[in-house]
Amino acid sequence: MMHTAELLKVYREHRGDAITIPGRGGRHWVPMSDEPHRDVPLGDPAMGGHSGFGLGLALAQPDRKIVLFDSEGDLLMSMGILTTIAEQNPTNFYHFMLDNECYATTGGQPVPNAKNVDYAAIATASGYPKAHSFTEIEDFTRELPGILDAPGPVFVALKVYPEIQNEAIGKRRPWQVRSRTEVVGGLRDSLK
Amino acid sequence: MSDEQAAVLSPEKVLEQMKKNGVTDVVWLPDSETNWLFLLMEAEPSLRLVGVSREGHACSIAAGLSAGGNTPVVLIQNTGMMESGDSIRGWLISLEIPVVLMVGYRGYTRHGVNKDTAADFTEPFINAFGLKYYLVENDGDAERISVAFEETERTKKPVVILVADEFHGFNR
Repeated sequence: MMHTAELLKVYREHRGDAITIPGRGGRHWVPMSDEPHRDVPLGDPAMGGHSGFGLGLALAQPDRKIVLFDSEGDLLMSMGILTTIAEQNPTNFYHFMLDNECYATTGGQPVPNAKNVDYAAIATASGYPKAHSFTEIEDFTRELPGILDAPGPVFVALKVYPEIQNEAIGKRRPWQVRSRTEVVGGLRDSLK
Repeated sequence: MSDEQAAVLSPEKVLEQMKKNGVTDVVWLPDSETNWLFLLMEAEPSLRLVGVSREGHACSIAAGLSAGGNTPVVLIQNTGMMESGDSIRGWLISLEIPVVLMVGYRGYTRHGVNKDTAADFTEPFINAFGLKYYLVENDGDAERISVAFEETERTKKPVVILVADEFHGFNR
């Protein structure tokens, strides 16, 4: 298992000019990112949609690298999106997935069949040309540069420790520093 | 005049409206009536077709396309629109994405005696989300599609085109 913040620090060293959608890693990514104008921290607009958003952005901006940190709860809700991504075959799309085996923001209840799903195998079976799985930070650190240097689409499943939140949503300290519309507006400006 | 005679919306006219409004991508899930439109879109080099397996996916994909500078249109059936409720809320309305949803109005009849609950719930659903919609039954209504594009760009809210010829079909 890896800590989300730890693997994001490793990614930060290799992001280059990639547009980064941190997904549920946003609360770690936003304070550590050196290039917020290339970040798209949307929080959770509607569960299950990050992969679709990432695909759309990758298709609209084929000359830019798009890196998404999806989650297994989101992907389970939209598993069919993998076939759409594979069919569109965006070579600039890097689809990472944080797998904490639970719904952490609602108290840590397990996702269905939490410990027995091979997401990388599902991705390749859906048509992704390449997929990887990592559970140890040393392996991820070693392989990440090669993954990002090669063309996509690629799927990378990452086992991470759950960071379970039990306090009422209204009492949680917000990590977002920009509203979602400000994030999208900033992205549009940065692409001009 | 029967329903069949009254409601004729040609797929060529729909495609013409898409091109006129600069559509770059059609994010869609086929329904039983749109095969001829599919063949026309597939042959149109200015359009990219992005097929989805569930209509909610179309909303987040359209949001990403729009955020990246493209002009997508979502082409789904009313049943799929209702399935997509949370994605419409979260990925389109809350992100202020200007996008036209072209929605096949399954079950629609001009006389209003519907035999399909999909039709019964379509307009109440759209109203619940506070979205503007336009009914397009035939070629004479097609210019309303351009009105929808103008309105979504101005308001930064999704606008729905209810394709009421869906029941009769784009098939030939």
